[in-house]
Amino acid sequence: MINIVRSFINKVLRGIFKKKKNFKLGLYGPPNGGKTTLANRICKDWLGQDMGTVSNIAHETREVQIKEEISIKSKGKELTFNLVDTPGIATKIDFEDFIKSGMKEKQAKERAKEATKGVIDAIKWLDEMDAVVIVLDATKDPYTQVNVTIVGNLQARNIPVLIVANKSDLKKADIKKVQAAYPQYNVIGISAKYGNNIDQFYEGLFAIAG
Amino acid sequence: MVTLQFVPYNEIEDLGSARRVKKLIDIVKENKIVLLQGRLKKEEETDLISIAMEEIGAKFKGIELAVINPEGKDKSGLKKMRNNFFGMLLGDRQGLTVIGPATIVKEIKKDPNKIELLTKEGKKKK
Repeated sequence: MINIVRSFINKVLRGIFKKKKNFKLGLYGPPNGGKTTLANRICKDWLGQDMGTVSNIAHETREVQIKEEISIKSKGKELTFNLVDTPGIATKIDFEDFIKSGMKEKQAKERAKEATKGVIDAIKWLDEMDAVVIVLDATKDPYTQVNVTIVGNLQARNIPVLIVANKSDLKKADIKKVQAAYPQYNVIGISAKYGNNIDQFYEGLFAIAG
Repeated sequence: MVTLQFVPYNEIEDLGSARRVKKLIDIVKENKIVLLQGRLKKEEETDLISIAMEEIGAKFKGIELAVINPEGKDKSGLKKMRNNFFGMLLGDRQGLTVIGPATIVKEIKKDPNKIELLTKEGKKKK
């Protein structure tokens, strides 16, 4: 009952303040799913510039990054939002994994320290979001506990969610598996790197922005 | 050797969210794998991740987490409503939550009604 009342109040407040404040669209997901690559794709398409650096080594994004006032247009509609690119959410971080990726010990320890703070910040920012795109790597198991926990939390907070099955350009990508794991959500297969199916993704953004 | 510690739901039901999470993390930090009856609230699951991150240091590298939820897709709306209602009143005692230290547990795979726990030594337990 408390949840129902809270959900109702959230919806009412969201409706009242949605037009007045800046709409925040968050990119969430596990490390190396392609959140920053997608953020760069969105920024390149609509602002003509990149948002952040990408890397094959996990936890490249260790601070929440915001790009303000992005306006996208589709089929006569316009949507303006602040894009929030968040560090990948993980349950464990070991500096030795970074050393295995070729880093020096000091650099690896620093990266691990920043990455743990990044995860905490990303979770704190959940409450600030008006809508969230969960970016999953379509070549990996979609049903990990981290993914389930992120989805469950957004559901509990009544935040609209769009799930992106990224890296569709790779042979191992299995979009249907991601769709089967989250049947209650709109799951769109894309390649943020090459822009495959990106128009459908933008349509999905309009849908979650209401 | 791997130590499993079963935590019945009634051991955490009277605790507030912060103390629940701390109790579980403290057990995991003793290099034990927690088998919690039922599951934490969704917000507590993210708190668990946040606290695990805060605790990371020389010996503690974080956690591996898995929740087995017996709620099948075939469950009727009425049954779901009843479970949600009792879950709200009494806590979610259904299912099983496994939390292990990342230094010992390499990966937890769900399939979806069994858990495969892969330890760093390469042994497989069920």
